[in-house]
Amino acid sequence: MTTSLIIPPALILICAGLTLPLFALVRLRWLALLASPLAALWIVLTLPDGIHLNGSFLGQTLVFLKIDALSRVFASVFAIMAFAGGLFALNQKSTLELSAAFVYAGSAIGVAMAGDLITMFIYWEVMAIGSTLVILSSGRRGQGAGLRYAAIHMLGGVLLMAGVAGEIAATGSVAFTAMDLSTIPRMLIFAGFLVNVGAPPLSAWLADAYPEASWSGMVFLSAFTTKTAVYVLMRGFPGTEILIPIGLFMVFYGIIFAILENDMRRILAYSIVNQVGFMVTGIGIGTEMALNGAAAHAFTHIIYKALLLMSAGSVLYMTGKRKCTDLGGLFRTMPLTCAFGIVGALAISSFPATSGFISKSMISDAAGAEHLAFVWFALAAASAGVFLHAGIKFPWFVFFQKDSGLRPPEPPWNMLASMALMAFFCIGLGLYPKPLYDMLPYPVDYVPYTGAHVVYQLQLLLFSGLAFFLMLGLLKRTMTITLDVDWLWRRPGHALASFLDRFGVYTWEWLADTVVKGATGVRNALYQHHGPEGLFGRTWPTGTMAFWTTVTLGAVVILSYL
Amino acid sequence: MTDQGTSGAQPKQSKPAAETASDHWLVRPETIRRLWIVFIAILAATVLGDFFVEHHPHFGVDGTFGFGAWYGFASCVVLVLGAKALGLLLKRPDTYYDN
Repeated sequence: MTTSLIIPPALILICAGLTLPLFALVRLRWLALLASPLAALWIVLTLPDGIHLNGSFLGQTLVFLKIDALSRVFASVFAIMAFAGGLFALNQKSTLELSAAFVYAGSAIGVAMAGDLITMFIYWEVMAIGSTLVILSSGRRGQGAGLRYAAIHMLGGVLLMAGVAGEIAATGSVAFTAMDLSTIPRMLIFAGFLVNVGAPPLSAWLADAYPEASWSGMVFLSAFTTKTAVYVLMRGFPGTEILIPIGLFMVFYGIIFAILENDMRRILAYSIVNQVGFMVTGIGIGTEMALNGAAAHAFTHIIYKALLLMSAGSVLYMTGKRKCTDLGGLFRTMPLTCAFGIVGALAISSFPATSGFISKSMISDAAGAEHLAFVWFALAAASAGVFLHAGIKFPWFVFFQKDSGLRPPEPPWNMLASMALMAFFCIGLGLYPKPLYDMLPYPVDYVPYTGAHVVYQLQLLLFSGLAFFLMLGLLKRTMTITLDVDWLWRRPGHALASFLDRFGVYTWEWLADTVVKGATGVRNALYQHHGPEGLFGRTWPTGTMAFWTTVTLGAVVILSYL
Repeated sequence: MTDQGTSGAQPKQSKPAAETASDHWLVRPETIRRLWIVFIAILAATVLGDFFVEHHPHFGVDGTFGFGAWYGFASCVVLVLGAKALGLLLKRPDTYYDN
């Protein structure tokens, strides 16, 4: 433990979140929303590598605050995200949402800087509570989605806790280091991480819950849960091969469901699963280049996905509409929101000169370097698909497409400012990736801008664009949703629960009735024999007693002579 | 993209919207025609770009002429058709869960 006083960055944001309702003055609240993430970011960036805060708990030494390169990449982008999200959400009237979002963001930083399994698990669960409250605070639509979200994350938490307890019992150590899948507790930890990363079979929780949050809530939600899961997978299970097929499944699942989707924020939710799939694949490949690529992609992804969701959130905030079929033609009156959305769309598509280009290509090239042909071709097809499902589809259907007749003005200044900040990062890191490359866990020997790479990427993306416009008839939006795995617990699961509920009530009533009847019967029987008129209750003549005493004594005497 | 100008000129809602929509230069059929020409020129330029760079293919087929172009296009066609096929099975009205 170092002697100087170090405030954990996680606690700064959590305290800001918890005290937010006490700030009566709006301006003070703004100050807390903007200053606390900056303070946290400053500490994350200036703290030297190593353990900074530890303590003991249940006989174990817990490391509350530990930082290395990998922690710093994630913790710093979480802090940047909290700042940009806070700036974007200044107009949010729900104090509950903002408080919960800051507790959520702070605990995400806590996970990224936790030095042991128990500390990680505690922050992990605080995150689940914070994110659930963000969803629940959005009103009626958020209620059901929030409860379903909480149920899935409680399941993930139970798996993780069982795994952590088993791991500590088996090894006697709380250390959070790279593991293999050799024991059941480790498999449980792995499964707990996979729930949060949006892996199959439960990927559907993400697109079910996030789009039901408010216009600002989803901006926060997009950043932390899945990316802390990426972080813990990188920390705990780098190079675990099963992650490659899991990641590839997520990549294509996200694309296909986003192609079919009509709700603009559900399109972006599916594309979170898609992008996280790239990172999970990179972690599965497990080489230094692949892990660097996964970390860099998490960093850039948080920023451009937030930018896309801010653009979508601005449209929702100004029009109250979220379906592609209701939107279109907004570029006329929201040109800045449209332009920022396009920057985010280009970045997610890994267009040259954007941040996605300098991060995602590291993962593909790592697959190429390892001669994983299937992985490489799948990722290339998926890169084309990203441009199709998010890169063009989102801006086209929201801002162009047809004239919906809507003429909303631009959103307030702070929302534009946060989008400008994120767009700056998207293009800045695309043109000058060195600051990000310098932060990565392993030394970077990678040159993204070669002639061949740029030409290949432009061909891939622009011909995807051609495919989009030639197939526009097939991509026409309809007033539909696509059934996902969440159907299982929203329909048959719900029916089963209702049945069990009715069955339970019936059984209980039957049981209660039987017990009451039985008890009444016993009471009546007792009354019959012991009541005032009962055999044992009434007064007997003294002679009867003397008679029976004589009989008993006689019996005793006879028995003693036998 | 081509039918966007015409549908833009006939919005379902208010009349003033229709006038401003048809006025905006970006949605006029003439502009859209020019955008297509520029787009096709850029597409051709990126394919021709293969003559000027040296690819370092990992697997062979990824070094064929215009690989990014045909592979990107074909991937998207397969993905869209695959999604449509899945949609036939899994699409429901968006009020499905409301009751």
